[in-house]
Amino acid sequence: MTEDNSSRTEILRRIRAALTDVPDAPDERPILRDYAVVHAERTPEQSTDLLAEHLSDYRAHVHRCTAADLPRTIAELLTAHGSRSAVVPPALPNGWLRDAADIEITVGGDDLGTHELDRIDSVVTGCALAIAETGTIVLDASPDQGRRRITLVPDHHVCVVRVPEQVVDSVPQALPRLDPVRPLTWISGPSATSDIELDRVEGVHGPRTLDVVLVSGAEPPVSGSAPDSVPDSVPGSV
Amino acid sequence: MRVALFVTCVNDLLYPDTGRAVVTLLERLGVEVDFPAAQTCCGQPQFNTGYRHETEPLVRRYADAFDGYDYVVTPSGSCAAMVRDNYPRIAERAAAEGRDDGLAAAAAAAVPKTYELTEFLVDVLEVTDVGAYFPHTVTYHPSCHGLRMLGLGERPRKLLQAVKGLELRELDGAEECCGFGGTFAVKNPDVSLAMGHDKVRHALDTGATILCGADNSCLVHLDGILRRNHAPLHTLHLAEILASTEQHPYQPTTTGATR
Amino acid sequence: MSGTYLGLPSFPDAAHTSTHDTQLRANLTHATHTIRTKRATAINELPDWPQLRTAGAAIKDHTLHHLDHYLLQLETAVTNAGGTVHWATDADEANRITTHIIHTTGETEVVKVKSMATQETGLNEALHTAGIHAYETDLAELIVQLAHDKPSHILVPAIHKNRTEIRDIFHNEMAHWGRPAPDHLTDNPTDLAEAARLHLREKFLRTKIGISGANFMIAETGTLVVVESEGNGRMCLTLPDTLISIVGIEKIIPTFQDLEVFLQTLPRSSTAERMNPYTTMWTGTTTHDGPKNFHLILLDNGRTDTLADTTGRQALRCIRCSACLNVCPVYERAGGHAYGSPYPGPIGAILTPQLRGTTTPLDASLPYASTLCGACYDVCPVAINIPEILVHLRERVVQGGPVTVRGTRTTIKPAKGHAAERAAMRAGRWTLDHPTAWSATQRMAGATRRLHPRRLPLPGPAKAWSDARDLPEVPAQGFRAWWQQREKDTQRGKGEQK
Repeated sequence: MTEDNSSRTEILRRIRAALTDVPDAPDERPILRDYAVVHAERTPEQSTDLLAEHLSDYRAHVHRCTAADLPRTIAELLTAHGSRSAVVPPALPNGWLRDAADIEITVGGDDLGTHELDRIDSVVTGCALAIAETGTIVLDASPDQGRRRITLVPDHHVCVVRVPEQVVDSVPQALPRLDPVRPLTWISGPSATSDIELDRVEGVHGPRTLDVVLVSGAEPPVSGSAPDSVPDSVPGSV
Repeated sequence: MRVALFVTCVNDLLYPDTGRAVVTLLERLGVEVDFPAAQTCCGQPQFNTGYRHETEPLVRRYADAFDGYDYVVTPSGSCAAMVRDNYPRIAERAAAEGRDDGLAAAAAAAVPKTYELTEFLVDVLEVTDVGAYFPHTVTYHPSCHGLRMLGLGERPRKLLQAVKGLELRELDGAEECCGFGGTFAVKNPDVSLAMGHDKVRHALDTGATILCGADNSCLVHLDGILRRNHAPLHTLHLAEILASTEQHPYQPTTTGATR
Repeated sequence: MSGTYLGLPSFPDAAHTSTHDTQLRANLTHATHTIRTKRATAINELPDWPQLRTAGAAIKDHTLHHLDHYLLQLETAVTNAGGTVHWATDADEANRITTHIIHTTGETEVVKVKSMATQETGLNEALHTAGIHAYETDLAELIVQLAHDKPSHILVPAIHKNRTEIRDIFHNEMAHWGRPAPDHLTDNPTDLAEAARLHLREKFLRTKIGISGANFMIAETGTLVVVESEGNGRMCLTLPDTLISIVGIEKIIPTFQDLEVFLQTLPRSSTAERMNPYTTMWTGTTTHDGPKNFHLILLDNGRTDTLADTTGRQALRCIRCSACLNVCPVYERAGGHAYGSPYPGPIGAILTPQLRGTTTPLDASLPYASTLCGACYDVCPVAINIPEILVHLRERVVQGGPVTVRGTRTTIKPAKGHAAERAAMRAGRWTLDHPTAWSATQRMAGATRRLHPRRLPLPGPAKAWSDARDLPEVPAQGFRAWWQQREKDTQRGKGEQK
């Protein structure tokens, strides 16, 4: 659209005219970042405990198990929720659903439409990392997490966090471990709203039940497999 | 040290008892106080209504009137805040418009020596028990500019708590504005009154007989509401409580504004 | 801004009505006091809050000072990542671009994430005119849309409605827009949320176009960030084929790292949570994940004019947390609609007159919609000195002066209706600058004190004061006269002692 180009020129002109009082030098003083990187010194176990506590504060259900117990734990959570079907990302680690024999499993690939997804009860995924101080899990669409829609449409999300290695303490510690070019979803408790009288109530559009499984002693997923979803293009300089 | 009283235009005209109380109190504490007659108003009404240029002569007047004093003490948080927060801003803006006219020097002289009364007592004289006696139940409304712009914090309450015979009652929603706001009270009368009524209701709920403040401009608004409603609560400036002793107890004068 | 707000009454007139609406007052007091307490708790968890606040302000200031540079960097990054960037100087242009993109797809329905920018441009009305149905999907925006109402709060647009009113709106209106409310719907917030879930789900699953704003745009990577609670944002940002994001140019931050400040300060300031339930970040388009087409519309609409004002530009730091509304005693009594724009409360009182100018009676009244109590400045997570800007804008209203309008510097005249006040201020200042005159004024007031009434029947400021407040009584002797008398007595005393 031609108006775009002239508007682009005009907006840039207005900005430059508005800033005649500002020196041209590209860098003024660097931003003073004297805020805390973490808000307390913690052992890995304490960080995991804090994560569990803060996830629970926002009504996520937190469960702990060893790697050996993980398949049974997942199967029990699906059963307890009354699920008969579950969607999984294309590279969920082998064996996680070994004990969920009576659950109909769908792999969330390209051909899975939204209406079809809407009929599936649960979703089981891993995560990119978890943040203890805020009670947050972060998904980055890696092969053990899948495309964003599979963790959005089903009403029940079982998310597995490998502890302590996937747990960071704080937001400043989380960002350097994430790739902003991947689609990122930060989740802190199940869907909620404060829109009625500014009182928080759980459960609107996202999964209303969030089960977080903190698993210890688990192997990281096999590396080197092709990502399920890839950014179309990576900006030249990051 | 040479100490001057900046009584403020509101107190000068309507609440002379407050000014007299400051003089009494400071003299009792061994401070010799002067009242330079060249002082008038800090310029806050003009400035806050948008008439910045009209305040410039008053900035210079303030600096000149208090030239040669080490401390200027004022029984008003908002007037002290006007000097400390806005005088430098007024000078800066005038300079940006190409007319300094001595404003920068005036602001630089005025700012560091201007103290709100409770600051002067607690920080400079380093006293919280001023030897006062006031056998009444009191609730305290911290005015916004003292609270937020000056950061008076616990100073006024510490002073009140040390007063013999005084029972301090906690005011619900104490830190919320009373709704005066200078010309706000007449430009937005409905909101101003709604806020004032809430403040008065909370004050009445304490069961205190005295609503104390450190800024008479807020009290003139609250007092106006209380009297219109014939409420059993009287407003009083903090200085008048601190000036009161067993030998010379507080007595409303017949020449002062009826509280 | 949009025509929706044209011709609304000035703030005092609107507040005259709203302050007497007891239901509204009760709803607002309950809601704002609930969130105030929670916010204080959330912030007290972070001992480095002052440093985060300072850093947030510094990042925003730095970005604003180099806004052209960062916008161009963002444009390149978004384009390289498969997105298309458009530039809109004003609301109409943004709406035209949006309508054109939608028409090109052949679709006639869109789902919307709550967005202040599209409130500001009046997008829904523009789309309606173009035959396109826009469905608001945020619970509060849905309530407002179903009720044919206007938002009254930045974060919680339906804050003026309580649960019973919301139940009635759902019951009466949902059927006109799609799936009706369930029979026997209660006013329990959980049931109301469930009704909204069912009503909106069919729209999420079928609609091919999503429209959003953004909380942040990251220049170095081209990443957009939407912070939300309900998951309606995730639905709109993930499921449609085409995503159109309309974002004010001030929402940019330089680096991904900068998020570490705002993702700590924004949730705690707005909903008083350690972190909001959902945050979505996306960069252009991603194969097999999310929309295939992404359009970013960069919106000026008065922002560059605001940027040109060296005092007022700090308003562009705003991250729309709404903490200033929740602590504002004026907002609490007057309600959001009195501010006559999508931006109510203290931030609205400084933003609207800068984005729209001060020419209408409403916009000229906004800088006065504050007692300057400073509670807003205290809570602002990017340290916008709102009282300072309010006074600055008051000066613009009563004295006129230099402003920038659509990129052109000009000098405006004082707004109408301030001549008498100006004359009074001048006369007052003259008196106060002449102590002899000031003494005479006091003596006169003291001498005539018995004649002063406690209430005044005449119109004007004195009546506005004395309609519900007694006027103070003037003492017989002012302080100055007492002091002179005392000095005289002291001198005489000294003389007698000699």
